[in-house]
Amino acid sequence: MLFEALTLQLGYNATLVTIGAALLGVAAGATGTFLYVGKRALVSDAISHATLPGVGLAFIFMVLLGGDGRFLPGLLLGSALSAAIGLLCVSWLSTRTRLAEDAAIGAVLSVFFGLGIVLLTVIQTMSSGRQAGLETFLLGSTAGMLWNDAVIIATGGALVLALVVLLRRPMTLVAFDSEFAASTGIDVRRTDLAMMGLALAITVVGLKIVGLILIVALLIIPAVAARFWSDRMGSVVGIAGAIGGASGWIGAALSATAPDLPTGPIIVLVAFGFFAVSLLFAPGRGVLAAVLRHRRFQARVHVRQGLLALAQEQPIYEGLTLRLMRRAGLIRADGVATEAGRAKAARALLDERRWQLLRADPRHEAAAARYDGLTPLETLLTADQIAELDRALKPEAAT
Amino acid sequence: MMGLEFVSLSLPPLLIGIFAAIACALPGNFLLLRRQALIGDAISHVVLPGIVLAFLVTGVVSAWPMLIGAGAAALVTVLLIEVIRRVGRIEPGAAMGVVFTSMFAGGVLLLEQSDTSSVHLDVQHALYGNLESLIWLDGLGWASLLDWEALKGLPPELPRMFFTLLFVCAFIFLLWRPLKLSTFDEGFARTLGLPTGLIGLSLVVVAAIAAVAAFDAVGSIIVIAMFICPPAAARMMTNRLERQIGWSVVFATLSAVLGYVLAGYGPLWLGSDNAVSAAGMIATVSGVILGVAALAGPCRHRAGAPAG
Repeated sequence: MLFEALTLQLGYNATLVTIGAALLGVAAGATGTFLYVGKRALVSDAISHATLPGVGLAFIFMVLLGGDGRFLPGLLLGSALSAAIGLLCVSWLSTRTRLAEDAAIGAVLSVFFGLGIVLLTVIQTMSSGRQAGLETFLLGSTAGMLWNDAVIIATGGALVLALVVLLRRPMTLVAFDSEFAASTGIDVRRTDLAMMGLALAITVVGLKIVGLILIVALLIIPAVAARFWSDRMGSVVGIAGAIGGASGWIGAALSATAPDLPTGPIIVLVAFGFFAVSLLFAPGRGVLAAVLRHRRFQARVHVRQGLLALAQEQPIYEGLTLRLMRRAGLIRADGVATEAGRAKAARALLDERRWQLLRADPRHEAAAARYDGLTPLETLLTADQIAELDRALKPEAAT
Repeated sequence: MMGLEFVSLSLPPLLIGIFAAIACALPGNFLLLRRQALIGDAISHVVLPGIVLAFLVTGVVSAWPMLIGAGAAALVTVLLIEVIRRVGRIEPGAAMGVVFTSMFAGGVLLLEQSDTSSVHLDVQHALYGNLESLIWLDGLGWASLLDWEALKGLPPELPRMFFTLLFVCAFIFLLWRPLKLSTFDEGFARTLGLPTGLIGLSLVVVAAIAAVAAFDAVGSIIVIAMFICPPAAARMMTNRLERQIGWSVVFATLSAVLGYVLAGYGPLWLGSDNAVSAAGMIATVSGVILGVAALAGPCRHRAGAPAG
């Protein structure tokens, strides 16, 4: 059943939803990356909540004009307008008053959402219009999605994606360092506006599938997850798009397999799964990689200390050091050094002596700063320099 | 209109609304100054999975298990945000976004999966609250306020919210100096030997308690609005923390009263006989107040910023 859903064999409607959700996910992941890098991830929270009064007003307006009020392009237009007003409020509050941006975001999202709920209760009491299902904008719903709705979502997602590709350079510069971007002649304000506009478009397009509360997740989670895998902006955008697309595809397919698996939450939870995997297993920035790195470092420090102790014929008591050295074949089971162990210990001691000499010599200040008790000196100095150090060591060794 | 009907139908929800608004606005002042304003937003989203889980475990819709479940979810969220922020070295806003959206999604999924449709537990209730339905059938006029038998029939949310408010006030009163110091100058507070981490955590816990208690009575939308809007409006009025807190209480009360009255009677004045959502209206009014303060408040500009 799941296999059929994933391979788009579960009927016309499920196929539409799956493709739409995947496209939306790709576009949201790529767009969200710029928000995340620019440290504005939660602006999307304000945008999404601010769509609700627009949906309500558009519905009322269309009913007053004599329609049934559920014309999707009309509702989306209304939501885009009110979200844009919300964005303007956030930017006005955070630039023109003493409020910080997070407070501005919180104020706008709660007030617009409250107003939206007031409008929804007004609509509930209206005698005309088919208001049933308007609340699905809160949490998203794909039941009864029509061909036309799917086309709107697909073209919207594709359009946003195209714009992201087109504007990637200025948006990257502004997100990383807006002052530098301004100095290279980029209009920071307009680029910022374009970035917000794209996030707004994603939110509006995603309303039908994931709902206004959870669309925030699609803008934030893939970007944060992708950041673990790369430090290069281009790859992060690509990976975030891939994670978003996969979340949309898998989530929509999963939810098509059972009637009580709501699409929006499933997509978000799949995205969170990708995030968790990235947090734990990504090479470089992942938790597992960090733990392994720490373990390797720890082992090197212990072995080095053990070798120095061997060379100076001091006993080793520390359990971990003994175990590590036994495994490396440096000492025998009874703690006596092997042939290889003695050779390595002598080399470690020599290296340590050279380092001591080097650090006492002000001429080698730059090299001495590299001392961490682990790096062999041969990797830093030329053979001539080593030989000079050794000449200084000679008289000491003779005594 | 000010007699029998008012006491039984409007007085309890009005009082609950006021208590909830003040209980959220008070810690909101500190959260705002500490740039943690969106903690209230995060907490109010994750209360849902906590409530659903509590229902699934106990199988009953009763206040205490749900309050405990919601409180536990709020704590788990705060800790999870902190862990993800530190372990993944992610900026706080994004870490918060990841955690609260995922937990909210989990809550909705649990709700749809479990057979909770038979009981009064749904997403819209969680968002809107049911302020209007908290009526006092035994209140037969102002005299009932002195009648012990009638008082027993008060909606239980009223005393619960009242005691929550008392608790919040006591917390702020007792920890006034450490709170103030660690909010304005954390480094200095630390050199004085104050446990700033613990103070910050206890502030978030108190905020979570206020949020959960208010959520139960009035829905999440008021909680988010009251954490931010009255303190933000108050911040435009004064540069002193004491006065800011005073203003925020005034604004919270004003939002609750005006919002409730407008929701209940506003449509009547416009010729419709259906009330609109009181929770939504209270949030809207608080936004209008914030807007006015942002346009005309005496201290609306950042210190040192050019006027304009």
